[in-house]
Amino acid sequence: MGLNSPIPARPSAAHLRLLKRLSEAVGIPGSESEVRKIIRAHIEPFADELRTDAMGNLLVIRKGPGRRRLRVMLAAHMDEVGFMVISVGSEGELKFETVGGLDPRQLLGKPVWVGKDRLPGVIGGKPVHLATREELKQTVKVESMAIDIGVSKKETAEGKVEAGAGATFATPFRRIRGMVRGKALDDRMGVAILAELLEHPPEGIELQAAFTVQEEVGLRGARIAAHALNPEVAIVLDCTPARDLPAWDGEENTQYNAKLGLGPAIYVADARTLAHPGMLRHLVHTAESSGIPYQIRQPGGGGTDAGAIHLTREGIPSISVSVPARYIHTACSIATVSDWRNTVRLVHAAVSGLSVSVLGR
Amino acid sequence: MLVLLKALIQLPGLSGYEGPVQRRMRAEWEPLSDEVRVGRIGSLYATMRGSGQEPRKSVMLAAHMDAIGLMASELVDGFIRAAPIGGLDARVLPGQPVIVHGRRDLPGIVVQPPMHILPEDLRRKPIPLKYLLVDVGLPNPARVVRPGDLISFAQPPTELGEDVLSGHSLDNRASLVAITECLRELGRREHGWDVLAVATVQEEETFAGAYAAGFELKPSVAVAVDVTWARGPELPEHKTFPLGKGPTNGWGPNMHPGIYSALEAAAKRVEIPLTREVLPANCGTDAFALQIAGEGLPTGLISIPLKYMHTPVEVVSLKDVRRTGRLLAEFVAGLDADFMDTLSWD
Amino acid sequence: MQDLIKKLVEAFGPSGKEDQVREIVRGEIEAHVDEISVSPLGGLHAIVNPGGGTKVMVAAHMDEIGVIISHIDENGFARFHNIGGVFPHTLVGHRVRFEENVTGVIGVEATVKNTDAPKLSQAFIDFGAGSKADCPVHIGDLGAFTRPFVTLGDRYVAKSMDDRIGVAVAIETAKRLRSTPNEIQFAFTTQEEVGLRGAKTSAYGLDPEVGIALDVTKTGDTPKGIKMAMELGRGPAIKVRDSGLLSDPRVVDLMVRRAEAARIPYQLEVLERGRTDATAIQLTRAGVPVGVISIPCRYVHTPSEMVDASDVENAVNLLQAILEHPVEL
Repeated sequence: MGLNSPIPARPSAAHLRLLKRLSEAVGIPGSESEVRKIIRAHIEPFADELRTDAMGNLLVIRKGPGRRRLRVMLAAHMDEVGFMVISVGSEGELKFETVGGLDPRQLLGKPVWVGKDRLPGVIGGKPVHLATREELKQTVKVESMAIDIGVSKKETAEGKVEAGAGATFATPFRRIRGMVRGKALDDRMGVAILAELLEHPPEGIELQAAFTVQEEVGLRGARIAAHALNPEVAIVLDCTPARDLPAWDGEENTQYNAKLGLGPAIYVADARTLAHPGMLRHLVHTAESSGIPYQIRQPGGGGTDAGAIHLTREGIPSISVSVPARYIHTACSIATVSDWRNTVRLVHAAVSGLSVSVLGR
Repeated sequence: MLVLLKALIQLPGLSGYEGPVQRRMRAEWEPLSDEVRVGRIGSLYATMRGSGQEPRKSVMLAAHMDAIGLMASELVDGFIRAAPIGGLDARVLPGQPVIVHGRRDLPGIVVQPPMHILPEDLRRKPIPLKYLLVDVGLPNPARVVRPGDLISFAQPPTELGEDVLSGHSLDNRASLVAITECLRELGRREHGWDVLAVATVQEEETFAGAYAAGFELKPSVAVAVDVTWARGPELPEHKTFPLGKGPTNGWGPNMHPGIYSALEAAAKRVEIPLTREVLPANCGTDAFALQIAGEGLPTGLISIPLKYMHTPVEVVSLKDVRRTGRLLAEFVAGLDADFMDTLSWD
Repeated sequence: MQDLIKKLVEAFGPSGKEDQVREIVRGEIEAHVDEISVSPLGGLHAIVNPGGGTKVMVAAHMDEIGVIISHIDENGFARFHNIGGVFPHTLVGHRVRFEENVTGVIGVEATVKNTDAPKLSQAFIDFGAGSKADCPVHIGDLGAFTRPFVTLGDRYVAKSMDDRIGVAVAIETAKRLRSTPNEIQFAFTTQEEVGLRGAKTSAYGLDPEVGIALDVTKTGDTPKGIKMAMELGRGPAIKVRDSGLLSDPRVVDLMVRRAEAARIPYQLEVLERGRTDATAIQLTRAGVPVGVISIPCRYVHTPSEMVDASDVENAVNLLQAILEHPVEL
């Protein structure tokens, strides 16, 4: 690796712009249109084949030179957790449900973007003065929240928003020195990485890039994408929580999942997948021999698109690599530029060297 | 139509044991279609060829045949203990007449044992299923009943008010009747696409029939037909739909927006009221499975409002059933050779 | 058969690291089958009479529940996450083994009362190491419980009867099979305890016409046991239902007919909680008619799972009777 890598250690202005646009796009499960358009416009020049399937997955093939090329699927999901408007109330308020894993304690007092036109709104809360002591001890339920778009009549609201519209937190993306901050870094970070790998494809393989839909509601898009692409091996690019904060009682934090700044997090086991042992060895070996920092994500819960992909057809050797980010599934997540860049470099290097022999048991 | 629906809801057809319903549907669909066969795990597939040029596109209309009920799990001193099949609320069970399908059919009643022989802490609470028993009035039912025997509800159908039917298993036999009505209408009118009418198995448990049918038949598009919650006392207004005011059109990640729009357009053409039903995550119907079968299917969902779902006295409006049949026929007839090119998520 | 069972139950094979079990199975079955191969998820497929008659998949899972290391603290104690359904109240004082014969003992934080079951996050593994650097395992290493096989009268007791006893029944049946009009696809599957994963991909690859899973089931024959008509020693169970499956009634009928014709005792099983490989097989491709032969087992997912020798023997007899006749539904 090192000098020969086509992957720059610092992000180009274009890639930062891409990440910003992706992070700010509104794309809850089933409504990934905006994200899909951004990616499509960006990667079209590099695609040998490109199609959108029955669920909206964007599948892109980039063939390398040579005849017998290993079919390598790289997947990143376009959707993010968010809200769906269920109905418009009598005073123009929007009743909603959460989509994907969202903690109701993260919602009060947040600005949101609603629908395709990114209508601004807020999730309001009761004035503290009017809340009883008992109420202050309880988590406010989503059923009693609403999105306020600043209108007072049902008819006016219905002219702007339809029931079924998607909404997300309204968080502008920022780069702050070595950090990036924004909503939906899970998994727009993975999406940006996959787009960059299409520009600079690893050599000697056929790259099957799958920008998947509906990961946050059960890894649904990846399942049909893998079935259609029928790859020989798959790597999922995702974003994993860095829960590396100090414990309140000063005890050692033994359940941090991943730590910010230590490099790409390689998965061994989560709730949905046991990583292919050959791919695990290969990724660790690649990182060590190329001098790229890495960490093993703590085995435990959670799941990525690999959970669906590795169980497709006769079984597909799969593994996940994630950029660690703090506070994912909230209004604002934080990741480091170095983890981002090192993830691109690691995946590029690992896939460039990939041969069938890695896949043996 | 009423005759068929009444007949269907009186047939036993619990999840995994849909045979009686499958045979009746076969008799119903055979004269209406070009080919009828049974899939590997028991779903019924009827093909009605379209008039378009080959290779023709195909549209699947799927409704599940199975119903919820009980299964004998153990015999205790002349009584039967039971396990649920499908999602059951044990609070509706005490006093329900049932049929135990043993070596012969036995009428029985689900009984709540007297309080003094139940755990102390259940005195004032609903009694969970594991404490309830089925009494078939025989001194030794073990001779005719074994663990694994099915127990189905025995409430007879009742016609209520105007054009309203009550009974068990209307979820989802009402939709099978709607698809039958659709086939009847399509028999009289031009349609370019092949129609694959499918009666699926095991929706209430694993969606097994829908996964299998989607994988095996690979239609161009699929529409699941099921029931949804009708409005009633103490139910949230935004998740329920008035009885007799038309079916609903599913909207959310399980449904392709292009299929949604085509169904909406069809409803407008024939002036059938069709309400948007927002389903933000798992829609809980065969559409959930059909969408991700094989390489994935563009899927839609039409639902008929039904009161008291998963109780033995479900209530449906026959007008809504007829409308659903007509809507489906109009949708199918409107599918032209270029439809697939217009389908888009954006 | 007892020697075979002992060898299998004492082998190391947590979900994802079934290699040792697979090699034992391969050594035992190779001479009795026509084709053998390993699946992408590590399962072993052993085919008898390929191309003949109905394709019948017979699945038994090789993996067992276990642990995976998630953190090693400064003093060399390792924290872990469960692999499959590990019950916290069985943990204290248990021993775990890793590859290369590394063994550790499980302790719990002293703040946990002796009368309470610990949470998994309160338990740790002590390898006798004094520091992080001395700890012989790494984050991501897989371990399994260890406990020797014993016999108690007519009963066998071991840590991983679930499902090595199913594996043993499949191997023994392959050895005794005289002839078959069917293509028998023995599938020794992986990763069952973490979600029926190996069976799903094996079933896709083998594309069977009928599926039979071999696994253990719970019993209701212990003091204040669960409400379930299932006893040790009353014969193998023919599953009608569990929480993930309605067996295909045609397969259930076939099993009952074969048992009755051969005068093999059997029990009918309705299990409220639990699943087997059959669930995954049934949902494969265009659907597969499936059934399950269960071996009644007390204390499932504890260090001392108990089965009855005659139930095991009769499970082999039943499977043999099914496979030696045409499997036609």
